[in-house]
Amino acid sequence: METDVKLTKLASCAGCGAKVGAGTLVQLLEGFRTHKDPRLIVGYDRSDDASVYVLDENTALVQTTDFFPPIVGAPYLYGQIAAANALSDVYAMGGEPKLALNILCVSERMEDKTVQEILRGGYDKVYEAGAIISGGHTIQGAEPIYGLAVSGFVHPKKVLTNSGALPGDRLLLTKPLGIGILTTAAKADLVEAPLLDRVYRQMATLNKTARDIMVQYPVHSCTDVTGFALLGHSYEMAQGSGCTIHIQTDQVPWHPEAYEFADMGFVPAGAYRNRNYAEKGVKVVGQVPRALQDIFFDPQTSGGLLMALPEEAAKDCLAELQKRIPEAREIGYVTEKMDADIYLE
Amino acid sequence: MKTVDARGLSCPEPVILLRKAMASKESAYTVLVDNAVSKENVTRAAQHQGYKVSVSEKDGEYTLSITR
Repeated sequence: METDVKLTKLASCAGCGAKVGAGTLVQLLEGFRTHKDPRLIVGYDRSDDASVYVLDENTALVQTTDFFPPIVGAPYLYGQIAAANALSDVYAMGGEPKLALNILCVSERMEDKTVQEILRGGYDKVYEAGAIISGGHTIQGAEPIYGLAVSGFVHPKKVLTNSGALPGDRLLLTKPLGIGILTTAAKADLVEAPLLDRVYRQMATLNKTARDIMVQYPVHSCTDVTGFALLGHSYEMAQGSGCTIHIQTDQVPWHPEAYEFADMGFVPAGAYRNRNYAEKGVKVVGQVPRALQDIFFDPQTSGGLLMALPEEAAKDCLAELQKRIPEAREIGYVTEKMDADIYLE
Repeated sequence: MKTVDARGLSCPEPVILLRKAMASKESAYTVLVDNAVSKENVTRAAQHQGYKVSVSEKDGEYTLSITR
């Protein structure tokens, strides 16, 4: 095991929890001048995972970037997680990553070896994805930051946006929730090593397998569950699709230990931001305990894919997913628009 | 009664400080925080330990009175 230099001590907030709230972003991005181009089929007027630009009838370019301060103390692991998280946005569009650029900020307090280990983590993950790191940019700053700008390709007719869900669709999720709460509790040294290892491995796992299986089925809509949490990303999918998303709370996969840590007050600030953003669209049916709601609002770093597809296909797709990703679950379904964007039931 | 001044700190530091202070198992604590997230998390931490919490706010600073 590599030496743990406690990179997290250099960071003021962790992983995707560092993301600026969705509500704030929408306000910040209002009213700027942009060229109109019909080839830009997914742009930032839509709250999606990546932008998509059509090159020719068979090829569209997918572009995205993601970076954050250290979420783990071990630099190699941090590099892997940051890279897996950045690559995920391409997978969430149904695409394949091809080129990546490093985005790196080093603080004076970091040794060269630490910086190298972060980069090695990134290179190894990008290699595993079958993509190439072709350059990057490094600056100095108070807090370490690492991530990637990623370009990939997708067939223009097979782009999976977060706004294509249809009534009758079933929802699949490929990674269990609770990452933000567990990494917050880890800062208090309360999470036992075997669980923490599982959590780290989960974050470093590419969504490539999930994507490769997903594209063999008639999926209508996909997004990855990251900083805005299950409910924030579901809210965007419901709004974008003009549907209501029903989450069957007893079907959602989550790390059981996160429940008590939420009750113990280890709820990251990002979960409160997500609640403020999405709560207006959520209707709770029956009793959903506060701690479980926190898990649904919990920002995930390098979370799983959330996909919407017709019932019959969902059954087959889930069976196929579970052969490689045992944690994958069907977590709900989609109906016509009702009086709320999301039903928690 | 013990006072924990967690102003200027963000999650999860205020909860960690309260947990350390609670090792002495006193019947009452006062916690000072300066953001709503810490107020919520400290409240839940105290309730989880079986304490009652009352909150007062002044100029964006919260005083949490934590009692058995």
